[in-house]
Amino acid sequence: MSPRTLKMLPWIVTPSLVIVIIFLWWAIVTFFNVNPFIFPPPQAVAESFVQLLSEPRTWSAVVVTVSEVVIGFLIAVVFGVTVGVLLGKIPWLEISLRPLIVIAQVAPKVAFVPLFVIWFGFGLTSKIVLSALLAFFPIMLNVLLGVRSVEQGHREVMTSLNATKRQTFFQLDMRSLQPYLFAGMEVGIVLATIGAIVGEYLGGNNGLGNLVVSAMNSLDAARTFALILLLSLIGLVLYLIVNEAKRFVIPWHESVYGLRTATA
Amino acid sequence: MKNETLMPTAPPITPVEPPRLRIQDVGRDFHTRNGVTHAVSGIDLTIERGDFVALIGRSGCGKTTLLRMIGGLLPPSAGTIEVDGNSLWRGSHVEPSAVTKLGFVFQESNLFPWFSVLDNIALPLKLRGMGKIERRERAAEFAALVGLAGFERSYPRELSGGMRQRAAIARALSTEPELLLMDEPFGALDALTRERMNLELQRIVLDTNSTVVFVTHDIPEAVFLADRVVHMTPRPGRIRQILPAEFPKPRAVEVTTTPEFNEIVRILRRDLDEEE
Repeated sequence: MSPRTLKMLPWIVTPSLVIVIIFLWWAIVTFFNVNPFIFPPPQAVAESFVQLLSEPRTWSAVVVTVSEVVIGFLIAVVFGVTVGVLLGKIPWLEISLRPLIVIAQVAPKVAFVPLFVIWFGFGLTSKIVLSALLAFFPIMLNVLLGVRSVEQGHREVMTSLNATKRQTFFQLDMRSLQPYLFAGMEVGIVLATIGAIVGEYLGGNNGLGNLVVSAMNSLDAARTFALILLLSLIGLVLYLIVNEAKRFVIPWHESVYGLRTATA
Repeated sequence: MKNETLMPTAPPITPVEPPRLRIQDVGRDFHTRNGVTHAVSGIDLTIERGDFVALIGRSGCGKTTLLRMIGGLLPPSAGTIEVDGNSLWRGSHVEPSAVTKLGFVFQESNLFPWFSVLDNIALPLKLRGMGKIERRERAAEFAALVGLAGFERSYPRELSGGMRQRAAIARALSTEPELLLMDEPFGALDALTRERMNLELQRIVLDTNSTVVFVTHDIPEAVFLADRVVHMTPRPGRIRQILPAEFPKPRAVEVTTTPEFNEIVRILRRDLDEEE
């Protein structure tokens, strides 16, 4: 397949598939006469979505949710990089903390929401904490892997150039781990979004998650769908921002460069 | 000083320049599960300014180990290594003033993928605190010297293997080292590229008047490039013989077809084949 066709492919396939899915949705709901309270037809969801966008409180909820996600994510990046670098650079620390890290990693952090609400209240803080906590682990673990993955040959170059530890850290370690950091951030931003919404579901008086809960309570399935659509769009935009930052910061890396040459 | 005139006139002191590199009784042991391996033992070698010395031997003969000790990457277990009369090693620590006189080219180019060719070449200057504009100017000169003019802004991944090695050589040369150490720098290149790189290296070395220690396992390459070929044997790594290769420089590829050249190659091949 020629590179040009390859580049065009998603622009053809994605809209076609979306149209097919919406059509099937419409067809099933119409021909099987599904109760719209259970599964609303696409046009009802579209109507709800337009209605949703016209309400000012939607937009204030968007601001709340996005702030929670972004703040939580940034906290996760700062702590994830710091802890990841420390654990990567100090093997005895990583070895002695490993059991605790594994436990913390597998613990269902969402279950802590009631506690976070008790500790941090119903406001933004409890959601930010959950966002940060969820995004922290993939970022920290990827950074840890990145610090450990510095090429021996590159280290030897720095040694042969009589580089100081500080120079090696900033010119080599911090550069080598960037692709790993972005891999962690791409997972992290998605988890941060989930964290904020789940936090709002369970202990919120604001934000899009809270709007979902009230739509559900009034048995408005179409509005619930519309809100999920809006949340997905927000998640997509946040992910694309991280992805675009990656293309800007590490244009040399296989994950960016390979894509560019394959589709150029 | 009254009786100054009565003193016998002292013989004029001729300042003896220390050799560029003096290796005395250098050895290196590796401690493994199965005991101690003597990778290199009892090496004595003196290299004068402008010399091109090739280290040749079968794999495991300790040539790379020796080069890494000279390059400040691996501390010797025994003996002394002096660069311009100054000891390179102080215990297991390198002497910074001595190591800054060295330039090292590895078998892999080891270029940093996040830097352009120019920034890779400028890296040693950056580490020495040279300003951005100045070091980029210098780096551009060395890029031109190794034939990479026009590729300064490329990323290493965009270059062929031979061009990457050119960039690695330029990086090693950017600090104008007193001694250039090369560890099979063309080992990963195809034969044609390799032949061209040998000619290029000869030109660069003559242009910069460099002193070079060059590790290889390719006999004609060693004889073509070097003034002296140091043949090492394994277990433990020792110098077996040192053969001079005195052909006028610059040498053309045609020198490799002369009887004198082939005689040296023949001796080395025969002696290397003797080893198991």
